[in-house]
Amino acid sequence: MKNFAQLFAQLDQTAKAPEKVAALVSYFESAEASDKLWTIAMLSRRPPGRVLTTAVLRKWALEYANLPNWLFEESYKMVGDLAETIALILPPAAGGEEHTLSYWIDFARALAENEESEKKHAVFKAWSYMPPDERFLFNKLLTGGLRLGMSQKLMIMALAQHTGLEENLVAHRLISEWSPDESSFEELLFQGEEEAALSKPYPFFLAYPLEQDPQKLGEVHEWQFERKWEGIRAQLIIRQGQLFVWSRAEELLTDKFPEYHSLLESLPNGIALDGEILPFKDGQPLPLNELHTRLVRKSVTKKALQETPVIFKAYDVLEWQGSDLRTKPLTARRELLEQLAPAGEVLHVSELLEIESWEEAMQERDKAREYHCGGLMIKRKSSPYRSGRKQGDWWKYKVPPFTIDAVLLYAQRGDGRKANLYTEFTFAVWDEEGQLVPFTKTGSGLTESELFELTEWVRKNTVERFGPVRSVKPEFVFEIEFDGIDRSTRHKSGVTLRAPRVVRWRRDGKVEEAGRLTGLREMLK
Amino acid sequence: MALLEFTDKGIYCPQANVYIDPWKPVSRALITHGHADHARWGNKYYLCTHQAKPVIQYRLGNGPRIESVAYGEERTINGVQISFHPAGHIVGSAQIRLEYQGEVWVVSGDYKTEHDGIATPFEPVKCNVFITESTFGLPVFRWKPQREVMQEINDWWRGNAKEGKTSIMMAYSLGKAQRILKYLDTRIGKIFTHGAVESVNKVLQSQGLKLPPAPKATIDNLRNGMESSFVIAPPSAVNSNWVHRFKEYSTGFASGWMAMNGTRSRRSADRGFMLSDHADWDGLNEAVLATGAEKVYVMHGYTSQFAKWLNEQGIWAAEMGSEYHGEQSEETHTE
Ligand SMILES: [Zn+2]
Ligand SMILES: [Zn+2]
Repeated sequence: MKNFAQLFAQLDQTAKAPEKVAALVSYFESAEASDKLWTIAMLSRRPPGRVLTTAVLRKWALEYANLPNWLFEESYKMVGDLAETIALILPPAAGGEEHTLSYWIDFARALAENEESEKKHAVFKAWSYMPPDERFLFNKLLTGGLRLGMSQKLMIMALAQHTGLEENLVAHRLISEWSPDESSFEELLFQGEEEAALSKPYPFFLAYPLEQDPQKLGEVHEWQFERKWEGIRAQLIIRQGQLFVWSRAEELLTDKFPEYHSLLESLPNGIALDGEILPFKDGQPLPLNELHTRLVRKSVTKKALQETPVIFKAYDVLEWQGSDLRTKPLTARRELLEQLAPAGEVLHVSELLEIESWEEAMQERDKAREYHCGGLMIKRKSSPYRSGRKQGDWWKYKVPPFTIDAVLLYAQRGDGRKANLYTEFTFAVWDEEGQLVPFTKTGSGLTESELFELTEWVRKNTVERFGPVRSVKPEFVFEIEFDGIDRSTRHKSGVTLRAPRVVRWRRDGKVEEAGRLTGLREMLK
Repeated sequence: MALLEFTDKGIYCPQANVYIDPWKPVSRALITHGHADHARWGNKYYLCTHQAKPVIQYRLGNGPRIESVAYGEERTINGVQISFHPAGHIVGSAQIRLEYQGEVWVVSGDYKTEHDGIATPFEPVKCNVFITESTFGLPVFRWKPQREVMQEINDWWRGNAKEGKTSIMMAYSLGKAQRILKYLDTRIGKIFTHGAVESVNKVLQSQGLKLPPAPKATIDNLRNGMESSFVIAPPSAVNSNWVHRFKEYSTGFASGWMAMNGTRSRRSADRGFMLSDHADWDGLNEAVLATGAEKVYVMHGYTSQFAKWLNEQGIWAAEMGSEYHGEQSEETHTE
């Protein structure tokens, strides 16, 4: 498992995507096929299951290391991760057999069949072979918590480099039903070429943020105006009677959105639509974060379908009767798109706005929030469907974000990977009774040195501790920026924010002068 | 009256009227080693080992009176016999032994039990009362042999050099900087240092330490072959403008705290290496046992935990001076 431990460390020690990809490629070059397959499985949400609970593993570790429980607790507090604490406190390895990753996975799974005492004996033996970094991974394997610091997307890039296959082909192969127990590396990656070509999406054309004065875009009649919907940008493809839904990150999301399956009947074959997956209920878009549970779960529940149904808001048609339309002007594609309008409840065509002047465009943008939108999309009527983010033809004209000054009230330590650094902060505003009410939690936007400074300060100004969370003296004011705000019954403040981030630490800001809850409620309107 | 007391100025011997590593100015100070948190400004008289003196002199200038003794050499002050014994922490570092009317106390200062090839190796000293440090007094801290860590560092350098990147290693200018420098594989490329490291190197070289050539990383010096070079600098420099003279580079950090994934990723370095000039868990335990002490006082780091552990092992132990050492001083304690 030495090479796998090395891969883990490399992924853990760099945040740079190209370095992560390079590390994985070089691992693929040297690893055995079965290890490659398991690594791919772990990076595509197919981890091997849990064999032991952390409680049992911890009990055995104390016995093996012959340490008192309190000392283990103290160590755990320091390290912040149970599997890692165990790996570190065990006496140094005696050394011995070196085995592959898949050997240890099989070893762990075979344990399940054994009696308790046999299990323990086997685990002790395994521990005695390994240095701490391998023990850590082994412990994570046993307790079902092994996560590698890399997205599926990057893994696909690395795998494409390693195999010489195209990225979306690799993505397609990995989306099918497979498990490392039933297929080999070769079978998984080198079978079914045709099927992959069948699902293939077009590269997305992405709009550029418009930061200049829109007047500079020239003649207003040369442009098409739509609202900027805030969902998940996607392509919906039907070929040979099969439906495929691709996200912009080229992830196949077909199974996450069973609503769209009805489109197989209402849409013609050989079509590719560009649009937005939009949570939508009672004639209105819902906040995007309500889709989150659907995306992380393996299967979609009935409850999720009822609570957050989705529509597909179509912007563009890229393929029609099997032929590629991307070089045709936008207006021509739009005409075709509008023919699809009555295609059913689940497919909406993004409405065009009648805008006669740039002043109107600006006014319309500022009204975006009334429509639960992020602004306007401004597209040149003659534009082809290009690929990637190109300047000139498509612009997103975003409504300026909301901001409010808020008081820091709670700080939360990062998890195992950020042991002892406070990384998440809860902010509050004043309510009518003069009490501070927490309304949002975020850590993004703060620089590393600000995090260090805050951590130091939090330690000295703690009022109370609740596990990893500390309440602190209300002393610091921060300017919080966010893209949207929604009503919420789950929060005491009655609101939740979209994409909150810290823009500024107002070092001279007075706590008494921070924002009011009434101000936030105003923004809801 | 105890032979040593813990006061708000530091560890004090009333019989000899001397302090050990005092943190406020006093008239007579016994100094374990040259790190800034041990050899502080403002005392009138300093006593340390011959090997520790040049660095202390360099740091404090010619103002105060600094005297030195050989390891094991005895001085008697008002009936108290005082001697310095190798602590293995950095060049010249010492444990200080005090004996009066047959009772022996030893103050460890900072120490490590692994022989690093630079500092005079740690020697346990028998005593009745041992005052030990416990910077890494938890069982999660277990060092790899220096040879393995140096191999990791050289491998990292080799990898960076191949990609045309400079390797910038953050290391304290006294201690770890020389330890790393001494074992670098000079076949890989050139070695440069930050001015702070270079000055300390010069002081130590003049007292006989052998190190590979490592000139100051001036813009002129860097002109040729910078891409594949190795640079040693204190952590503060790497977070300042100084670092802008390098084009493509990767940063490393060598510290005992790098034992954990969490602290590795929290550090703003690209790579963390587990290398410490302090004793690890096993080292602390061995050292305490080897003194045969009946009583142990614990200072620095995980004091309450290590004291509790020793008590459970049947050795009387107590935390020392936690009232003088807040959370803050722990973080500045030179590692
Ligand atoms: Zn020191
Ligand atoms: Zn120290």
